[in-house]
Amino acid sequence: MSVLVYTENWKGSFRKSTFEAVSYAKETAKLLGMDVVALSIGDVSDDELNKLGNYGASKVLSASGIAKGDSQATSNLFAEHATNVKVIVFASTYTSKMIAPRLAAKLKAGILSNVVDIPFSTTPLTVSRKSFSGKAIEKAIVNTEKTIISLAPNAFGLIECGGDCNIEQISTSQTRSVTIEGEEIATGKISLAEAEIIVSAGRGLKGPENWGMVEELADLLGAATACSKPVSDIGWRPHGEHVGQTGKAVAPNLYVAIGISGAIQHLAGVNSSKVMVAVNSDAEAPFFKAADYGIVGDAFDVIPRLIDEIKKVKN
Amino acid sequence: MNIVVCISSVPDTTSKINFSENGTTFDSSGIQFIINPYDEFGLTKAMILKENSGGNVTVITVGDATVEPVMRKALAIGADQAVRINRNPKDSYSTATEIAKYLSENPADLIITGRESIDYNGGAVGGMIAEILNVPFVNACNGLEIEGTTAKLSREIDGGKENLSVSLPLVIGGQKGLVEESNLRIPNMRGIMQARTKPLQVIDPSNTDSLTTSEQFEKPAEKSVCKLVEAGNEAELVRLLQEEAKVI
Repeated sequence: MSVLVYTENWKGSFRKSTFEAVSYAKETAKLLGMDVVALSIGDVSDDELNKLGNYGASKVLSASGIAKGDSQATSNLFAEHATNVKVIVFASTYTSKMIAPRLAAKLKAGILSNVVDIPFSTTPLTVSRKSFSGKAIEKAIVNTEKTIISLAPNAFGLIECGGDCNIEQISTSQTRSVTIEGEEIATGKISLAEAEIIVSAGRGLKGPENWGMVEELADLLGAATACSKPVSDIGWRPHGEHVGQTGKAVAPNLYVAIGISGAIQHLAGVNSSKVMVAVNSDAEAPFFKAADYGIVGDAFDVIPRLIDEIKKVKN
Repeated sequence: MNIVVCISSVPDTTSKINFSENGTTFDSSGIQFIINPYDEFGLTKAMILKENSGGNVTVITVGDATVEPVMRKALAIGADQAVRINRNPKDSYSTATEIAKYLSENPADLIITGRESIDYNGGAVGGMIAEILNVPFVNACNGLEIEGTTAKLSREIDGGKENLSVSLPLVIGGQKGLVEESNLRIPNMRGIMQARTKPLQVIDPSNTDSLTTSEQFEKPAEKSVCKLVEAGNEAELVRLLQEEAKVI
């Protein structure tokens, strides 16, 4: 028996979330006394595939000629390789969230999503997961032989073990049910899903013309930019930047909220951040109750000074 | 075109969440329930598709009688009829099985779910329905147009979007982008009056087993008190972030 993990790539490269999923799979496999097998979909070089060994995969199945956006074909492929598998691990990515539930129904395997830690019991398999948009932690049990786990973003971390892996090319005869017409990826910007730091701003900035300092601060910190719901609704910033309960849920190491009051719906999307900083002119803004650090002050004074101070320590 | 929109009745986004019976059960007292926001984007899209090219919109849910106000609201927004499968939802799989059973007896061209529900956040029902019915599934769908029997869609991928075309029937997991926030509809008086007489069919569940069990809920630990730094002393904030929090 083994633990199978989906190792997603983006144009041939793995991301931190991929290695995090392998690390998680390895820690779970240790509990069960099993090995980790990785399944990669699409063209990935052997050099890149070999990196998976460092996080605990002992074998990598590499399937090319199949599109990850075709959930029927991909879940069939997973099922073909799940016969001798106890647990299947997915990272928190949009593609994973498309494959994992299908696979669960196909295998009649219990699925738990938003999982934040390795199982604290294996018989029955029991894990902690986030529920109610981060407002609760749920202890959940799987009642089936096989388990599918999909992780919460940035909840587990990387564990390097310096191992090696064998790479096996696998062929697939899956019929396509979906035609991929192409993809549009914002280039030159750090995606919110992968960002370790996010600088986010709200209506307190008064207008889209004032985002220059937000972007400058983000560039300095190597951060992604985000915004509150009202700001994307008015059209000051693109919808892709909206974080919150109905936008993107994010979990960076540092979330800086500028001129965001901290409505409960906004906090539900960002409360998994490791550290939160609030800058707001209103000392009563609810964000100060959720934040770790705060400055009560006018963003138009505070942010330029903050930029200067960060420049000093970066040099 | 036959469109079925799966609706989850969830606590209003502003709700404070509590649990009762030693943390085993969600405490719904004092909670206002709403259409799951992701489902509402899908319902609105269904109404627009119907207005543009005709068809019939059914809303379906798995739940006891307490979810009926939410289904009446969906009818007031414009759905033609509602179906309630009379069972307290247990887990994603049992919910998906109930809905898929209805759909296998009452086929639809387009089945819309939300990307996830904002209460249990399983995000699995849509994909499971698609698997049980053996039809394509596109999740985090943020663009959809129907051309004859083909759907042209886009889905969110990490850092961008992917454009796809798929033959109907099809299941999607919807989100913002399917329609914009400004397209969402508040029921008007005429809609509310009509909703009272629209059919709301209650059907018996098949009571399939659940594959997972929620055992215990806890609220996350309270954050420690926010450390406030004086405006003008931004250097101190940078020091704290570097030396104490170690995040920059």
